[in-house]
Parts: sequence; structure tokens; C-alpha cells
Amino acid sequence: MSKVARISLQHLERNFEEIEPGLTNRQAIEEANRCLYCYDAPCIQACPTGIDIPTFIKKIASGNLKGSATAIMAANPVGASCARVCPTEELCEGACVLNHSTTPIMIGNLQKYATDWAIKNEQVLFRAGQKNGKSVAVVGSGPSGLSAARELALLGYQVTVFEAEDKAGGLNTYGIVSFRLPQAISFWEVEQVRSLDVEIRTNTRIGKDIPANELLKNYDAVVLAIGMSDVPKVGIEGEDLPCVYDAIEFVKETKKGEISREFIGKRVAVIGAGNTAIDAATCSVRLGAENVKILYRRTIEEMTAYEFEYEFAKQDGVEFHWLTAPNRILADKTGNVAGIECVKMVLSEPGEDGRRRPLKVEGSEFVIDVDVVIRAIGQSRRVQLIEEFGLKHNGGVVTLAGQYFQTSNEKVFACGDVVFGKGQGEAMVVSAAEQGKKVAIEIHRKLASETIATA
Amino acid sequence: MADLNTNLAGIKSPNPFWLASAPPTNSGYQVQRAFEAGWGGAVWKTLGDPILNVSSRFAAVSFNGQRVAGFNNIELITDRPLEVNLKEIYETKKKFPNHAIIASLMVEPKQEKWHEIVKRVEDVGIDGLELNFGCPHGMAERGMGSASGQVPELVEKQTYWTKEAAKTPVIVKLTPNITDITVTAESAVRGGADAVSMINTINSLAGVDINTWNTIPHVGGKGAHGGYCGPAVKPIALNMVAECARNPLINVPISGIGGISNWQDAVEFMLMGATGVQICTAAMHHGFRIVEDMIEGLSNYLDEKGLASVNDLVGKSVARYSDWGELDLNYKIVARINKEVCINCNKCHIACEDTSHQCIDMLQDSNGRPYLRVREDDCVGCNLCSIVCPVDGAIDMVELKSDLPPMTWNERQSAIGLLRQRNTVK
Repeated sequence: MSKVARISLQHLERNFEEIEPGLTNRQAIEEANRCLYCYDAPCIQACPTGIDIPTFIKKIASGNLKGSATAIMAANPVGASCARVCPTEELCEGACVLNHSTTPIMIGNLQKYATDWAIKNEQVLFRAGQKNGKSVAVVGSGPSGLSAARELALLGYQVTVFEAEDKAGGLNTYGIVSFRLPQAISFWEVEQVRSLDVEIRTNTRIGKDIPANELLKNYDAVVLAIGMSDVPKVGIEGEDLPCVYDAIEFVKETKKGEISREFIGKRVAVIGAGNTAIDAATCSVRLGAENVKILYRRTIEEMTAYEFEYEFAKQDGVEFHWLTAPNRILADKTGNVAGIECVKMVLSEPGEDGRRRPLKVEGSEFVIDVDVVIRAIGQSRRVQLIEEFGLKHNGGVVTLAGQYFQTSNEKVFACGDVVFGKGQGEAMVVSAAEQGKKVAIEIHRKLASETIATA
Repeated sequence: MADLNTNLAGIKSPNPFWLASAPPTNSGYQVQRAFEAGWGGAVWKTLGDPILNVSSRFAAVSFNGQRVAGFNNIELITDRPLEVNLKEIYETKKKFPNHAIIASLMVEPKQEKWHEIVKRVEDVGIDGLELNFGCPHGMAERGMGSASGQVPELVEKQTYWTKEAAKTPVIVKLTPNITDITVTAESAVRGGADAVSMINTINSLAGVDINTWNTIPHVGGKGAHGGYCGPAVKPIALNMVAECARNPLINVPISGIGGISNWQDAVEFMLMGATGVQICTAAMHHGFRIVEDMIEGLSNYLDEKGLASVNDLVGKSVARYSDWGELDLNYKIVARINKEVCINCNKCHIACEDTSHQCIDMLQDSNGRPYLRVREDDCVGCNLCSIVCPVDGAIDMVELKSDLPPMTWNERQSAIGLLRQRNTVK
């Protein structure tokens, strides 16, 4: 039975329940015992956060699930989310030595099993370090901000996290589709950090509710983990029509509780072919859309979506239209979206980013009848806030002093998407988590040495 | 966090996990690596007159693809000069003063031999002695190891000789290659042993290569029996520990050995009376790093149980281990199959039908779907179906309330005896 056949039009919320059922106890035990428990294992090297994978798996096998979850979460403060969203076949599972012998260990699923145990049994895995009298403000509670906050709290800093949204967790809470990552998982990770005496102030937008320089004045260091902003306009006619959406906002709406029924039977076009485009497309399917098309001006070769996401979308019945660029969005007499005029493209020589540039084929215009258009062509940057902090940046990507996440203001450190440059594909949650850890270490190195110097 | 410190007959260690006397404890380099990894103690590979070893020494038994279900070896005691071992023991103890180092000893059954070696090893600062009366191969042919460990008088005498010279606690390591291990354990106690450890390895032949017809392992086409250990021997070892623990004449601490692979195994041995445990095969399979999970797993378990110290576990299940004649004949359990969980492999049916009590029926519901049901009146509660069942929670063994008061075989027999007596008197 295909996944498409399981879409329920009566109970849309069911379509957003987590797809991956999780291992049974028996599956987990069998799989954990299949792990070779390699020494100096390549899977550890392949994990951006360096989780000691053989050790956490061994602990599942021995029945020490608390120890297993602790090993995971110690290395990765958002390890429960990463168990679900990491492209494991490109990371740990891709490096598993059993690829050369039998089949790789289901590391992601085992990681989910161990962290699910901790969630279900309401375990608090860490304790705050003894306070050292220093304070740090973390702006943004997404993966990198949360990770930095956790590490700093363990090191004894008084940490305050500022979050503009109603709930903490950033991308993991609002940006990743529910059927991959239920909000409850992200909330548990937030609670793990909060339990370390970290204050998390939601509904607090720096630059609006609190000026940036107030943080610079009141804290010993500031972590800028503000990620990215909304999806920019494509720059075509008709973008301001109703039923033209920003993919990020579109996905966020599906995570706010009430599932809208207004997309049932609709024809949807998604512009772009990154992971966010896939999210928007598969969410549309789950909202009951009759037909969902992804329009991409390049080819499958240049697509930035993960292979498994592409496969997943195809299974959901999403159509992919390569070398197809939108020209303008057409409205009917009542002012609603009626169609999207597209033009065929060809690829020419590679551009600055190494990808072959698409060129329009003159006279190839054609119209696709759609009711909804979703743009997913990347995200804009929070330039204004970065400038309010007075930081050097390159088109909204904060410039770092060397590799140590320190910005042009020696008091401000940045991590996550806000330092992730253009043309680097999409930053992974797991990489953001590692950056947060590194920022914490750098802040500690800096502030600890200051303490020694003044002592 | 619970306290993991243990004290076995005066030998203190930061946790109950010791490496057993075996290849992992062959040298100072290895024992120091082990202590760095977290092991609480190490019983140094048996010292004695250096021997010669053969090449091709180990073999393991895989069970259905799972490697090292059992392990077999024909390696003998240390093949390094005594002076070298003593020097390394001294250095290791100096570096790790809080970890336990126990010297395993094996010499000819002569008083002066035991006196001499005890003095020499105690001079370098060891924390205790373990007398190797257990190695079943090689040394036994020369009248040592299990050859002396199988003779109760020799166990007692050699223990006594050791105790004459020893200033540190003496542990007697017993061989399982004997009908009743409590006999030699009692002999050790009579000889003055401060503790007993068990089990040493069991006589074994790991296998025969059906293509070459050679033994596994073979030494140039010839084999000899080895000593068997690893997960496969755990139930044998656990019983021997439990039998000694519940024997009032064996009133000394027990160091449990035999197939312990993780913290759960260790907990079982301690519940059955072991004060601490010794491990070898699991370390040989995975390296010294396994101890990290043993310590953490044990610690988490104790916290969960609300126990302050690992010592609170010792012997807690001993009173629950008894003779068959003390079991309640009126206790009744039956199997119940959960249709929702059952995957219909029918293994329970065929196991029961062919080899037990023919009480599981293969049926069909009104929709023609197959299901299995236990006829509880015919079920004797043997557990076989739940043992062969591959799915957790598909078969529950449930207790049935009995109308009859508990009665053991021994009580029944004495009641019948009394009745007969009364009848004869009449």
C-alpha cells in the first residue's frame, strides 16, 4: 500500500503524525546486538557532533537505556531531533563498516529508540555546572542556540535565551514537518536545556522588544543564533495574490495545531527543489491537495534536496518538473490564483557557485493550471538585526574572525545558519548543534582566560 | 549516585568489576590500560614456573551467527619470567594504589613451593592471592590446576600451606570439572580460605572441522581439550555460585566468574551471593572499554532501585534458591496467548504439540483468520511456548489463584508419613 493511499481527507491531522513508527524492543535489541562495537569507529568520525555511536548502541544492548540516551545527548543537545532528521545514509550509516559486509546498522532508528525511552520515562540527563558568575545571552533557540545554551549551562554560565516566537526550538519546532519531527520531541530538548537553570524568554524579539546594545551591555558574551528569515519573493508578477505562500510560513502553519482544510482538492505548484520545497510539497499532499508539482529551473542533478527526501516526495505522488521556471502567476476574474505561466530552460556554463546556469528558451512559455503557489527558493537573511549588533557581514552572512565563531565584535559569537554562506547547500541540524558546542567552548576559553588575567 | 566500592574479604576495589586471571592480565601494560578504562581490579595471569605455550590457542563457538557465544582456550599460565611479572605488578600497583591487584598462583602441591611464591608476590605489594586450582588443561597433566582442585584433600592442604605464609587475603579459585563444587569449596574453607572464586573453565572441545577432520583449534593436526568459558557457561557458573552461597559451611565471600558480559549479568551473580565479579571473555571480545557501560549500567540500576551501595545487592536472591523439595506443588501458572500481538508463527503450537503437553490449539475465527489458544485446563505451565515465542508480549505466563494452600513435596511426604504412622498406631 503506498503512502498516498493513506492520506485521509476526513482526518487531516492524522496525515501529520510521525511516519517512522520506531523500533520495537525486539528490533532494537536485535539491531543493537548486530552492531560490531567497532573500535575507533568510522561512524563516530562521520557524525558532525561526534556521538560515540558504538557506545550508545552497546548500552541499548546491555539494557542501560539511560546511559545510552545520555551518551547521545551529551554529544548532541538536539540528538533526539537529529535521530529523525539527519541524512544518516550520508553520515553515520553511510560510514558503517557493515556497508562492506552485510547491511549498515540502523543508527538513526537506534538513536531514536534510546532518546524516545528518555522522553517517555521523563529523564533529566544533565545537571547544571556550578555557577561561575558569568552570564551569556543567546539570541535564537534553534538547534545551534539551544546547543550553545546547553553547553554553557553545563560549564556554569548563567544563560538567557531570547526567542522571538511563542515556543522555543526554532527550526525543530516550526520548520521541520510534523510527520518527520513531532513538536513534542523539540519541546523535550528545550526542557532538557531549561532544566539546567537556563532562562528561555519566548515572544521576545531582539531589536524590537529589547535593543541589541542592551544585551551587549548586560551580558559577558552574546551568542547570535538567529538562523535565517522568510523566503524572498521570486520577483514575478502575481506574487501578492492570495494563495501565494512562503514555504517556511506554510510549513509553520501546519505545526501550530489546527490543520487547515482549505487545501483539500487544490492544485499546488511549489517553486524550488530544496528540502524546504519538498516539505511544502509533502505538506500540501497531506493537507489534501489533489495535485502537487515541484517546478525547478535546473535539473535533478542540481537539486539540493536529499535523495531520501526526493524519494519520499515521489512516493507521496509529487510531480517534478525540471528545467521549468515561473514567469508569472495568473489570476482569474475574482482575483484568485488560476495558473502559473512557466518557461522551459536549458543549462549553460557553470556559474560562480559551480552549478550550471539555467537560460530561458525563448518562446517556450506554457501555463499550468494551479490554485496555490508556494515559493521555496531559499531564505532571506536578518540583515537588520545583524547590523543592529554592528557586525560585519556579507549579504547577511555574519563574517567570522578565523574559524572560532567570533564575530567582528569580540563579545559576540555566531553559529548556525547565520554564519552559513551561500552556495553551501543546506546546513544540517546536526552541524548547527556542533557549532553551538564549539561556540560555548570558545566563549569559555575567552571568559575563563579573562578571569585568570584579572585575578 | 550509588557507591560501587567493594570489599571482598579485605580486598578493596572502587567497583566490583575485576579482570579474571587470563590473557587480558598478562602484563603491566595491559593491566594499566584496564585500570585506566575503569576496571576496579585485576587478577594477574597465573604466576608459577614459566611454561611453554603452543601456537593456535583459542577457539570460539558461534551460535546461529552470533560470535563468541562460548570460548575455548588451551593457553597455559604465564610464560614470562616471574621476576618480570613481579616488577610489573610493583609498577602497576604504584601507579594505581586504589585498584585491586590479586596474584593468581599455581605451583606444585608442595608446602615449600607455596611458601616461596607467596612471599615473593606479597613483597611487591599485591592486595590478595588467588590459588588457581582450576585450569583444566596442560597444567593438570602435571598434577596442578584442576588436577589438584578436584581432590578435596589437596585443596584443603594447599590452602592451608598458603595461609601459613600469606599476609594478604587468600581466594581459592575452584574448578567446575567436579560433580559437586560445594565439596571442594568446603575444603577450601577448612583450609582457611578467606574467599572462594568460581568458576574456572570447563573441559571442552570447541569443534571439529568437518572438511579437514581436524579438531578446533588444532596444533599441527592434533588437538587437546581446552577450557570453556564465555556467555554459554553463565548458567552453570551461576548455579555453582548460588549453591556455595546457600551452603552454611561455605561462610566466606564469593568472587563470581563465568560468562559475565555486562552489568546485568554481574547483578545476577551478586544477587546470588557474589561480592564481586571477574570477567575475561567479554573483554577479549570487545576490549577493556566495556567496563564503562558495566559501571554506568550498574550505577543507574542501583539508583533506580533506590540502593545506596552495590553491597546492598549481595546475596539478596540466595534465600529464594532452594531444593526442589521445597517448591510449592500447588503453585499454578498457565500460558495465555495475546491474539493482537501474536504473529502466527505457530512455533508454540508445534513445541507444545510435539514435545510438551498438547494444549495449544490452532483455530480460525469467523473471518477465517488463524489464531492460537491455550486450553488452560491441560496446560501444566511448563513455559516452553513462551520460551520459543519470538515476539515480546505475545505469550504471558499468568498465575492462577489456587484453592489449595501452598504445599511442598517435603511437606507432602512428611504429612503422608505422619498419616501412615497414625494408621499403624491404630
